[in-house]
This record gives sequence, structure tokens and C-alpha cells, in this order.
Amino acid sequence: MAADVHKKKGWEVPNGSLVPADGQHTERSESPTPGLAQGTEPGAGQEGTMFVHARSYEDLTSPEDAGVTSRIPEEGQGDEVDQTNMEQISKDFSELSTQLTGMALDLEEEMRQSKEDKLDLSPQTCRRDSVLSGKEEEDVTMDAWRMHQKHVFVLSEAGKPVYSRYGSEEALSSTMGVMMALVSFLEAEKNAIRSIHADGYKVVFVRRSPLVLVAVARTQQSEQEIAHELLYIYYQILSLLTWTQLNHIFQQKQNYDLRRLLAGSERITDNLLDLMARDPSFLMGAVRCLPMAAGVRDAVSASLQQARAKSLVFSILLSRNQLVSLVRKKDQFLHPIDLHLLFNLISSSSSFREGEAWTPICLPKFNSSGFFHAHISYLEQETDLCLLLVSTDREDFFTVSDCKRRFQERLRKRGVYHVLQEALRTPFYSISQVGIPDLRHFIYKSKSSGLFTSPEIEAPYVSEEEKERLLGLYQYLHSRAHNSSHPLKNIYFTGPNENLLAWVTSAFELYVCYSPLGTKAGAISTVNKLMKWIRKEEDRLFILTPQTY
Amino acid sequence: MAQRKMGKEMTVTSDGYHSKPTYVYKVVLLGSMAVGKSSLAFRYAKNSFRETMPTVGCSFFKQMIHLETANIMFEIWDTAGQEKYHSICHLYYRGARAALLVYDISRKETFNRAKLWLRELEKDFLHDEIVIILVGNKTDLATEREVTSEEGKEFARSKGLLHAETSAKSNHQVTDVFMTMPVQSQSWKKSRVDLRAPNSNQIKKCCKS
Ligand SMILES: Nc1nc2c(ncn2[C@@H]2O[C@H](COP(=O)(O)OP(=O)(O)OP(=O)(O)O)[C@@H](O)[C@H]2O)c(=O)[nH]1
Ligand SMILES: [Mg+2]
Repeated sequence: MAADVHKKKGWEVPNGSLVPADGQHTERSESPTPGLAQGTEPGAGQEGTMFVHARSYEDLTSPEDAGVTSRIPEEGQGDEVDQTNMEQISKDFSELSTQLTGMALDLEEEMRQSKEDKLDLSPQTCRRDSVLSGKEEEDVTMDAWRMHQKHVFVLSEAGKPVYSRYGSEEALSSTMGVMMALVSFLEAEKNAIRSIHADGYKVVFVRRSPLVLVAVARTQQSEQEIAHELLYIYYQILSLLTWTQLNHIFQQKQNYDLRRLLAGSERITDNLLDLMARDPSFLMGAVRCLPMAAGVRDAVSASLQQARAKSLVFSILLSRNQLVSLVRKKDQFLHPIDLHLLFNLISSSSSFREGEAWTPICLPKFNSSGFFHAHISYLEQETDLCLLLVSTDREDFFTVSDCKRRFQERLRKRGVYHVLQEALRTPFYSISQVGIPDLRHFIYKSKSSGLFTSPEIEAPYVSEEEKERLLGLYQYLHSRAHNSSHPLKNIYFTGPNENLLAWVTSAFELYVCYSPLGTKAGAISTVNKLMKWIRKEEDRLFILTPQTY
Repeated sequence: MAQRKMGKEMTVTSDGYHSKPTYVYKVVLLGSMAVGKSSLAFRYAKNSFRETMPTVGCSFFKQMIHLETANIMFEIWDTAGQEKYHSICHLYYRGARAALLVYDISRKETFNRAKLWLRELEKDFLHDEIVIILVGNKTDLATEREVTSEEGKEFARSKGLLHAETSAKSNHQVTDVFMTMPVQSQSWKKSRVDLRAPNSNQIKKCCKS
């Protein structure tokens, strides 16, 4: 890739002049300057924030989660030792790679003869659902399976299969075995390297005792990003079981078959992986708001706030993975990762459209040892407005259910029901509103609020592949900007089909996509205009006055 | 959990059901994964069938039915068959007047597991506190049948349960099963002399004609 990467060059950002966020900076300048302090950037909440201070991406790979992709060899180990290990690993992996690409050739032959009609299964028809639902299991000997962009496996430390993105865990157990051997090899050698590159693949291991998560990816993502996704999968599993229960189970019985407890929930994990491939929320570690007039949003928040109950911790109104309003108990902060897991849970199943669901859920970033209880329901049959009430008391269903009734009553009394429905009709805004000719798309994240905004993805990114390609470019820029050894403040990337620009400060992150016709100077000159536009629209695009109860 | 009021509320509605008493009647659906509990509830409430997804936790909904002399508000608790949700769903068995214990006639093990589910219920309820209907679902899969009607009937008889076979898909017997429940509660109550259960009075009133 012809990346034109600058570190503190080109358009200068006086990094040293950045003022640390101290809550004193309440002035909201019309257009942000590079030296803008955190808390005053567009989208920053005026009265504090809704989320745990979201370091998000860094958070996942910070010391708590360290060792994921670290390439630094253990102290005392020379480079030579490392080198040998690397060779050994590569050799092992090439065997694994053979396993993956040419698994049991003679068996494949056999399948071809006996199951002629099944061979043209397209990947879409191959989604595995619950074991019992009678859906097709993906045949692991098929080309389609091999060609998937990213395989994800979860194993127990004893090597038992827990989850596989494509195809049944059973059929894959030989592959799992090889992976396990690799993992224990890595472990035995106390080698810090947890990712292997070979043959157009990246294999990334994340070990979170008692689980091992493995991705085999053909995507352009960095190991760091792949590890980040694997951690999401890990948190997803915790959200169903809690860390405490997971550990307890494996302490009792090392070779426990976890699939028993996860049965019926594979779909939630499948959905998370699909979502991560197309929704920038996960990459940004931030939450997107449904654009709407500030007055309407405030009325919704006030209604939510009034419909409280003692056991309620968070009241969240959302529409298709976009946040409408979030009201929280004083002093309790939600982590964006936990909110993403909740969004994913809701989007993974149409079953919430009927009646009122009541389910235990662990929010691992908030507290990985216990369950909250979530009341999930759609406001009306035909809308996408979903209300999520998070309670601490599992016996409180009826109290919480009554909160929903009161919330709806308030909405009606305030007369915002219809305006709200109206806002749902235009869940995205068009890039043309910004009025910059060569501008195609952008992602802007306010770091202090943990919220981001982004217009609808429009032509030429029409097909799913094109959309994912654009997200892939953002991923690439993001990984360059956040590279732990060489972080970059600003990047200008020229590609054959588009030019991109990334600008990361301590207050915000901006990723912009331009048509390939524009110049770098042109792009830089329009950034200011874009930022002014975001500032002008911020009360519609962000939640500036979060409420508590 | 707040003990919920059972029984009468006066309702005045515009559609001609003036001053008829409304009775709340709580039903739980339980049984193994994917036997068709949600599909049965959906068939009953919406009179249609579509691909469902595994239930997460439990799912609660209400369905009002209008009888000549009374309205019945069904409070339906559709529970998840998944093991990890047992304890949460179990909490909400309390106060149920009827239980649909569902198995899939094309999968023997769901029938065997129904026996275990029954034991759970028996821990919570006295035998005469609740109407239990053992429901063999998916009769449309006749060619794949693994549990015969007789087996189902025989087991129900031995445990004093009612038995029915349904298909949520082809709408076989679904409404009948739901409508049987309050009627059964009534006839059972009539046959009792000693009404000790705290809510029994209201139950007796429920559906009286
Ligand atoms: N052929 C046939 N399939 C059915 C019938 N009822 C349900 N199914 C199918 O069986 C599967 C499971 O149905 P659900 O209603 O989700 O089962 P459930 O008991 O609610 O499952 P859990 O919520 O996971 O406990 C779905 O694929 C349904 O389409 C039926 O009467 N006939
Ligand atoms: Mg169900």
C-alpha cells in the first residue's frame, strides 16, 4: 500500500501544547484547534460523561490485558532464541495451514461422491444455528469454508472445542488439536509472541485462562486489531456466564465441555463477529447516537429519568445499534464495550420483538463476577426503538416492567412519541449536508464522551464488499495511528480508489475519506470546515447533556 | 418478587365488554431447547408461524381473551430451554395456574427430559395447585416421530397430567390447549371441597359462567 505517512510532519500539530483535561475548559470554540483540550472538543458532554473514561482500544491492550500481541521477547532471552522459536512456530504453522486448507483430502473425495448436491452451498446458507434447529452445518472440507476471511475458534485450555465460527466444533476437533499443540508450545517456551504470519494468513492467539481464543485471518488487519476482536469474543462469553462462574467450572473440572452451557448462544457470538466486520463502533471503541433534535432527545431522557426504580442502574433507548438516550444511576458508569455487548445481544435475535424479555447478563467491564438483569422490549411492534432497562435485582421484573409503562406514558404526555418516530425515519445523514465536494465519508470520535458520528456510507461504497473495504481502510489507518511502538498523530493515505486522512489528538479522532481526485493540500484545507460543521451539528449528533437518576 | 394480585379488575372498554370482570391467569411454558415453546405461544397469540430464535432468558407477554361473562388476561411466561437460564426462569414459575410442559415428538430425548422438568415443577407446586399439560409438539413431522402418542398419554396418566399433541407449524390443537387450561382449573376447583390454596377463591371465580 502506498501510504504517505507522516509523523508530526506535513501539517504540524503542536503536540506539546496540549492541555490536559481538567474540567476547567468549558469554552466551546467554534472550530477546534489542534491544541483543543479534552472535554471541549465537539461532541464532548457538557455535564460530564456517560461512560467510563473510554480509552477503549488502548484499554483492551493495556497492561490488564497485556501480552496479547506484544512482540517484545521476555527479558533475558536473546534475539537468537526468539529467532529459533519463530522458525519452529512457522514450521508448525505451515503444518496447521495445511490442515486448514487441505484437510483430509481423501475424505473430501468421499464427500464429493456421496453428497454431490451439497457442494454448491454458498457461505450464506451455511450459518450454523443451534444444534437442534436443523440448519445446515458447514462442511469443513469445502472451499467456501477455507475461503472465509476470518476463522475464529475458542478452546478450553485442556483443548476442548468451545466455539467455531464456521462449521461445527466437532468436525474441527483435529484442527483444534493442532492449535492447542501450538498454544502449549508457545506457553512452554514462555515466548511472548502470540501471532504468526504465514502464507497470506495471520494467526493470532489470545489466552484468557481458562480459555484460548484463536483467529486465522486473511484480512488486512493488524494483530492488535484481531486480538482486540478476540477479546470482544471473550467478553461476550463472560457476559453469558460471568468470569467467576467460568473459572469455577474449570476449577471443578478441567476438561469440562463448555458447549453445553453455551448451546443456543452461538448465534450471539456469530452476530458479534459479523457486526465487527461492518460497524465501526467496535474499532472506535465508541458509541454512535441516532441523530435527532436536542429538544426531542432531552425530552426522551427526562422521561427515562422519571421512570426510574430503586434497582435500576441503566436505562437505555436504542435503535438498530444507535443510541437514542442513556440514563444512569449516579456514580455508575457504563463501559462502551459493555454497551456494545448489549447492542449485539439485542441485534442478534428477533425474539425480543415479542413481549418483554428478562435475562441475566454480565457486563464484564463493569463487574465480571456478577449478573445484572436486563429487561428488553421494543416500544412498538413495528418500530426499531428498543428499550433496555438494566436492574440489579433478578426478582424485580414487574417493577421494571412498570418503568417501561411509565416511560411510555411520559413520552405521550410530553408529546414526543411522534417526533421520535419521525427521527427514526432518517437514522443517517448524508455527507452532502457537509458541503465539501471531494468528501466521501468520515468518522469523528469525541474521546471524552466516548461517542462518535459518521454519515451514511454512500456511493461508490454500495455493495457489502465495498463497505467492508472502506472499513478495512479505516482499520488500517487506525492501527497505524495507534501502533504501540510508533503511534502517529496524522496520516495521509493515497490509494487508487480514494484518499484518506487520519488525525488523532488527545481530545478526538478523525478519519476522513476523499475522492481520489483531490490533493493532500486540498484535503487538509477542508478538515477545518468539516470540524466546524460537526461543531455546528453537535447537539443533534451527540448526547451533550447526559442524565442520571 | 412482589406477589401479584390475582383476580378481578373491572374494565370498561369501548368495544362492548362493559363491566365484565377480568381475571389474570398465569401460564408457564417449559421444556427442552427448540421443542417449540415460543412457536406455540406465537401461534396462539398471533395465529401464525415463522422461524423463531432461541429464547434468551424468559419472555413475558399478555393475551386478553374475551368470554361471554368474563375476560381472561393470560400472562404467558415463555422460558428458555437453555440450561444457563434455568435459575432465572425458575423464579417466575411462582403463582402459575397452569404449565405447558412441551417436548418434541421427533426427538425422544426431549420427552425423557420432560420427566426431569416435571420434577422441577413438583418441587414448587403441590399437585393440585397447578394444571400441567404435557404437550407433544411438531405432529407435522409424523414421519420422524420418535415418541408415540401412547407413550405420551401413558406417561401423562401415570403422573396425573393432561396430555395433548400439537403442531405450531400447521396449527394443530394449539388454541385448544390454551383454552383447556382455565377450564381445567375450574373443573378441578369445583371437584374440591377443601379450598386451602390462598388464591383458590379467585380461581374458582375465574371462568365461572
Ligand atoms: N416442523 C415443526 N417445527 C416446529 C414446530 N414448532 C416449532 N418448530 C421449529 O422448531 C424450532 C424451535 O422452535 P422454538 O419455538 O424456538 O423452540 P423453543 O422451545 O422456544 O426453544 P428455546 O427458546 O430455545 O427453548 C424452530 O426452528 C421452529 O421453527 C412445529 O410444530 N413443527
Ligand atoms: Mg423459545
